Amino acid sequence: MKAVVWQGPSKVKVKEVPDPQLLNPRDAIVKISSTAICGSDLHLYDGYIPSFMPGDVFGHEFMGEVVELGPGAAERRPDLKVGDRVVVPFPIACGACTPCQRGLTSLCENSNPNAGEAEKVMGHSPSGIFGYSHMLGGYPGGQAEYVRVPFADVGPFKVDDDLTDDQVLFLTDVLPTGWMAADMCDIQPGDVVAVWGAGPVGQFACLAAEIMGAAKVIVIDRVPERLAMAAEHTGAHPLNYEETSVLKELRELTAGRGPDRVIDAVGMEAHTDLAAVHAYDKAKQVAKLSTERPQALREAILSVANGGTVSIVGVYGGLVDKFPLGSLMNRSVTVRTGQAHVHRYLPDLYRRIRSGEIDPRFIISHHLPLADAAHGYDIFKHKEQACTKVVLTT
Amino acid sequence: MKSTQNPERGTGRLVRALGVASLGLGVPMLWRTTEVARLVGVDDSATAPAVIKGVGARELAHAAALLLGPQRAVWTRVAGDALDLAVLGHAIHERQGRRRQRDRVTRLTAATAAVAGITALDLYAAARTARAQHGRGRPGPLSLEASTTVNRPPDEVYAFWRDLANLPTFMLHLESVTPQADGRSHWVAKGPAGRKVSWDAEITSEETGRRLAWRSLKGASVDNSGTVHFVPAPGDRGTEVRVVLHYDVPGGLLGRAVARLFGEEPEQQVRDDLRRFKQVMETGDVVRTEILPRGTEAKRQLVQGVAQASGSASNGRSAR
Repeated sequence: MKAVVWQGPSKVKVKEVPDPQLLNPRDAIVKISSTAICGSDLHLYDGYIPSFMPGDVFGHEFMGEVVELGPGAAERRPDLKVGDRVVVPFPIACGACTPCQRGLTSLCENSNPNAGEAEKVMGHSPSGIFGYSHMLGGYPGGQAEYVRVPFADVGPFKVDDDLTDDQVLFLTDVLPTGWMAADMCDIQPGDVVAVWGAGPVGQFACLAAEIMGAAKVIVIDRVPERLAMAAEHTGAHPLNYEETSVLKELRELTAGRGPDRVIDAVGMEAHTDLAAVHAYDKAKQVAKLSTERPQALREAILSVANGGTVSIVGVYGGLVDKFPLGSLMNRSVTVRTGQAHVHRYLPDLYRRIRSGEIDPRFIISHHLPLADAAHGYDIFKHKEQACTKVVLTT
Repeated sequence: MKSTQNPERGTGRLVRALGVASLGLGVPMLWRTTEVARLVGVDDSATAPAVIKGVGARELAHAAALLLGPQRAVWTRVAGDALDLAVLGHAIHERQGRRRQRDRVTRLTAATAAVAGITALDLYAAARTARAQHGRGRPGPLSLEASTTVNRPPDEVYAFWRDLANLPTFMLHLESVTPQADGRSHWVAKGPAGRKVSWDAEITSEETGRRLAWRSLKGASVDNSGTVHFVPAPGDRGTEVRVVLHYDVPGGLLGRAVARLFGEEPEQQVRDDLRRFKQVMETGDVVRTEILPRGTEAKRQLVQGVAQASGSASNGRSAR
C-alpha cells in the first residue's frame, strides 16, 4: 500500500510499504478514505519530536471503512462490523485501565509498549498515539491507504452515511482538542478568553469558548487570513502580534485585568516578533539544548489575569528554558494541560455536528490526493496559498 | 583496630599504588618515547612511537581514574593490560624466527612477562574491590525490584501469577514454566547469546491473594529466587504488585556490565515485564505494535525497526 513516510527533516515521500496486519485479537484494519495533516505533524516533519525515525509513517487524523476485524474486537463490540464507516480517535486507549475508565483516554496505561522510553523523558508515559514517534508506541500512522487500529472495540466511532468525510474527519483530533482547551478553562459568565494560535485547533478553541459562554474571545496570530477566518466563523477578536504589542493590547481590551482564561494552541515551534528572543530559542532548539520555542506560552502566562487559568493543548516534547515561573506561582494561576481525551468528547461533538450547531468544514483550505502529501506538508508548513488545513484523500 | 587489618583500607592503598605506577609508566612513554621503544624492543617499527604515546596517554587516564575515582576503576587497568598483552604478542609474532631480530624478541618477551605480572596484580586488586562490595567469596548477587498497579482485584491478579505456566506470557526471558506433580516446576529461559538455560524451582511460601515466593533448586546454573506481593491499592485503584528478584549472576557487577553491553538493562527488563503483566491482566493480551510485532518474543527495544507495517510481504490488500 501507499503511505506518507518521513525521510528526515522537511522531507516526506509517498512510498510503497507493507500492508498492515492484525497483530492483536482486538485489532481492526481500516481502509482510509480521508486523512488530514495536523499542525503537530509539522513538529515531526521538522524533526523536533524525539524518537520519530526516518521511515516512520505519519498520520493521526484519519477515517475510513473497517475492512478487517479481529475476533476479540468483534466479541467485545458486537455492533461494530466490517464495512462500517468510522472515525478513529488519535490517542490509542484500552478502555480497561484506571485513566481510561475515568475518561482520561490520552493517558491510557496499556497502549504504549514503549512506555519505558517515554518515562525516561517525561517521568510517566501518556497513551500510545498513531504515527507519533517510537516513544509514543511506534504505531504506523493513518496517512496511508490502510491502518491497523488497536483496541478497535474502544476507539472507532461509527458515523452516519449522510455526513461527509469533511464534516466528521476533525472529530479525530483538532475539534476535540480545541474543545477540550476551552473545557479545561471552566469558563464562567463574564470571562474573557484569549487564544494563541489561529490554526485549526485555535479556531475550534475560539468556537468552543463562544459556545461555552465567554463574554469575549480574543485570538492571536500573525497570519492575516487565519485571523480573518477566526473573526468570521467564531466571532473572535483578532490580534496580529506583528502589528501590535499583545500584552499591552490585552490589558487595554480587559481594562487592565488581563484575560481570565488563556489557551496555548501553538506549542513548541512558536514564532515571535521579538527577533532576539526567536533567535535565542531557535538556536537552543536546533542545538537540542531545549526542545521547545515557547514564546506563545510565555506571553500567555504573563498576560493571564490574577487567579486565571492557562490551558495548554499546543504540543511540547521535552524541556523548556526561560519560563516565567515566578509569574505563574505568585498569581494563583491554574495550569491545565493534556493531549485531548478524544473518546470522551467525541459523542457530544458528533451530536453537535449532526444537529448543525457546529460545521467544522470552514478550516479546510486544500483537498489533495494522498500521492501529493509532500506538497501538502510544504504549503502547510510555510502557510502558502492561505493553507490552514490539508485533507488528503485516497 | 589497626588500619592494616581493615581489608577495605588495604585495597584502597593497593589501588592508589597502582595509580601512582600508571603515572610512572605514562610519563616516560609520552616524553621519552624513543628510549621506551628501544627498551621494549620495537625501535625498528615506524608505528611504535604512536602506539607507545597512545598507551602513555591511556596510562595517565588510568592514573587519574585510580587516584581520583572509585576503587573499582582498577578494572580499567585490567582492560588496558589485556590490550597491552595483545599488542606485545603481535610484536613478538612479527619478529619471531628472524635472525637479526633475536635480541628484540628477548626484550619483547621480558616486557611481556613484566606486563603479565602487572596484570596479575591488577586482577588481584580488582577482585578485592569486587569482594569489598559484595562480601567475601561470592559473585555479586543481582537484586531487582519493580512495581505496578493493576486495575483488577488482588485475588484475580494473584491467581493469574500463581499459575506459573502464565509467566512466559509477559516475562521476556522465560520460554516456558511447567508445573510438576510434586509442586515443583521446571523453568526454561533464554540466556545470553541465544543459549537456553533451565532449572527446577519450588514455591517457598505463599499466602493466597497476598504473597508468593519461589526459589530455584540446587543445580540451577544461575541461582535465583523471587517474591511478589499483592496489596489492594487505595481508593479502589486495583492491586499494587511489587516484585523482588534475586539472581546470582556470574561475574557480579562485571557480569551485569557485560549484560548491559548486549543491550540488556535488567531493571528496565523487570519493569517492562510488569508492564506486560498489567496489559495481559487489563486488556487480555500483550499489546503489539509494528515495531515490536511479536510482543514478548520481541527483540530488545534498542533494535526497533521503523514504524511501518512489518513482517511478511504485502498481502495484496491494496489490490482490492
